[in-house]
Amino acid sequence: MSTFSSRILEETVNAFSRLPGIGKRSALRLVLHLLKSNPEEAGRLGSLLARLRSEIRYCKVCNNICEAEVCQICSGTGRDHSVLCIVEDIRDVIAIENTEQYKGLYHVLGGLISPMDGIGPEELNISGLIERVRASSFTEIILALSTTMEGDTTSFYLVKKLKLASDTEFNISTIARGISVGDELEYADEVTLGRSILHRVPYEGSSVQGKNKPMP
Amino acid sequence: MFLKKLNLLNFKNYQEAEICPDLGANAFVGGNGAGKTNVLDAIHYLSMSKSYFNAMDSQVIRNGEEYFIVQGVFEDGESEENISCSLKKNQRKVLRRNQEDYEKLADHIGLIPVVMISPTDTVLITGGSEERRKFMDSIISQYNKKYLTDLISYNRVLSQRNAFLKQLSKSGRGDISMLEIFNEQLIPLAEYIHETRLGFIEELVPVFRHYYDFISGKSETPGIHYDSKVMHGQFHDLLEKHAERDLIMQHTTAGIHKDELQFIMNDMPVRKFASQGQQKSLLIALKLAQFDFISKVKNVKPVLLLDDIFEKLDNMRIDRLMKLVREDNFGQIFITDAHPERVSHIFRELDLPLRTFVVENNEIRQSADKEIGQEIQWNDEKIQ
Repeated sequence: MSTFSSRILEETVNAFSRLPGIGKRSALRLVLHLLKSNPEEAGRLGSLLARLRSEIRYCKVCNNICEAEVCQICSGTGRDHSVLCIVEDIRDVIAIENTEQYKGLYHVLGGLISPMDGIGPEELNISGLIERVRASSFTEIILALSTTMEGDTTSFYLVKKLKLASDTEFNISTIARGISVGDELEYADEVTLGRSILHRVPYEGSSVQGKNKPMP
Repeated sequence: MFLKKLNLLNFKNYQEAEICPDLGANAFVGGNGAGKTNVLDAIHYLSMSKSYFNAMDSQVIRNGEEYFIVQGVFEDGESEENISCSLKKNQRKVLRRNQEDYEKLADHIGLIPVVMISPTDTVLITGGSEERRKFMDSIISQYNKKYLTDLISYNRVLSQRNAFLKQLSKSGRGDISMLEIFNEQLIPLAEYIHETRLGFIEELVPVFRHYYDFISGKSETPGIHYDSKVMHGQFHDLLEKHAERDLIMQHTTAGIHKDELQFIMNDMPVRKFASQGQQKSLLIALKLAQFDFISKVKNVKPVLLLDDIFEKLDNMRIDRLMKLVREDNFGQIFITDAHPERVSHIFRELDLPLRTFVVENNEIRQSADKEIGQEIQWNDEKIQ
């Protein structure tokens, strides 16, 4: 039994509700909004959706989203080509770019190793990474993966493979873990606070701005 | 922490019930199947947000009803805590503290510690080793957060390792060097868990012995032996040694998830060589040791729930157990007994006040203090 007076309406609502995080109610709200707004807006959305799938590609170097063969970051002249940051997902690239604190290159794995979900190293963009490291001369490789057990597994695996991959010397670092900026200690969870105490850094005046180097 | 008031709504056999317990000892008396234990379980809900007996929360809802609510008012010195736990069919369980929902049920655990002693505890002796690990883990987790998070992490990596082993043997697909990666992750976690367990048992055993001796009159020598293949610094070798077997069995065959606690009586395993009464004494001593442990680390006396504790114990042991309860100054106690005369007699002999609740026809009513003494003449032969 259909509760909708129009089949097009029903099908559009169904299509929207298939998107992650959107239920039937929200879908209906979005669709009704599009119906009420001026026709160009809906038309623009439609054509963007069509172009999204036909024109967007993945960078053949780092696996980031782009419209050319190689993404703007990989081909950009203002970037530091000696530093590589390994991330799980394209969203992480966006997040790090928004910080404006990093000028190096990226490598997107496309996931984390998790046999429970059927994801082994073969399913990820790891062989591409190894080849890339062999062919380039990075001085530092940064592991910026989630602090979950799967993130740790993946980091362990990558370090092992990277060390075997190349004769050239490079440092492998991982992003700092600890108290968030602006957090009050009393509300930090015990595990995070414990780690922060254990991995404390020398005081250099302004720790909030991240100028510190970790303790040797 | 004392329970001042308890309200039940559609909880197991009760449609609606309200009781105001005494700050000391309380007894629930009534026939078999009257619902005495259900009251203890309701108190357990307020502490642990789950039943001690039913794995499924939905089974706790009274037959034919849509939801249940357990509500309790606890008093701690000057402050009051109003805790409620409720479940509507097919919805999430809701736990509230002073009218505010908890986001995570785990945040509540430890606020109102309880220790339950029940006939079903025999599963600790007769059941598989996971029952004994669960007992150990649940106590340590109450005061050591790192232990809990490490244990969760260990189990997570273990599941990943097992999934990998399964995949490898089914499809032959996979990078064998992954095993080494999982091993490296497991080792520090296993070492910490192992050391913590070792230290815990070392502390627990003397307390446990003290209680056992007191209850049994030193007629037997009990012991707890912690048995783990994971000894310091050797876990790596152990995993390597078992790698071939792991590949055949498609799961991880060695590790702290195989640890065992052995209960021993006069140098013999309790499971095979101890009588039912001795087993019961051992379990009570174990739970009292747990009580002692929690009171020390939490600095608060847990609520003691004694379900059918007098069954299978001889008079001497009952006597000593109750003396212990008096002398060691336990906190609030709830006892169930199918023999109203027995429990009231015991407390009269000890000269301890007891508030008695009669449970019948799916209702609970507080009995007038004189009632039991007048209605039922104590007969000494009854406890022989």
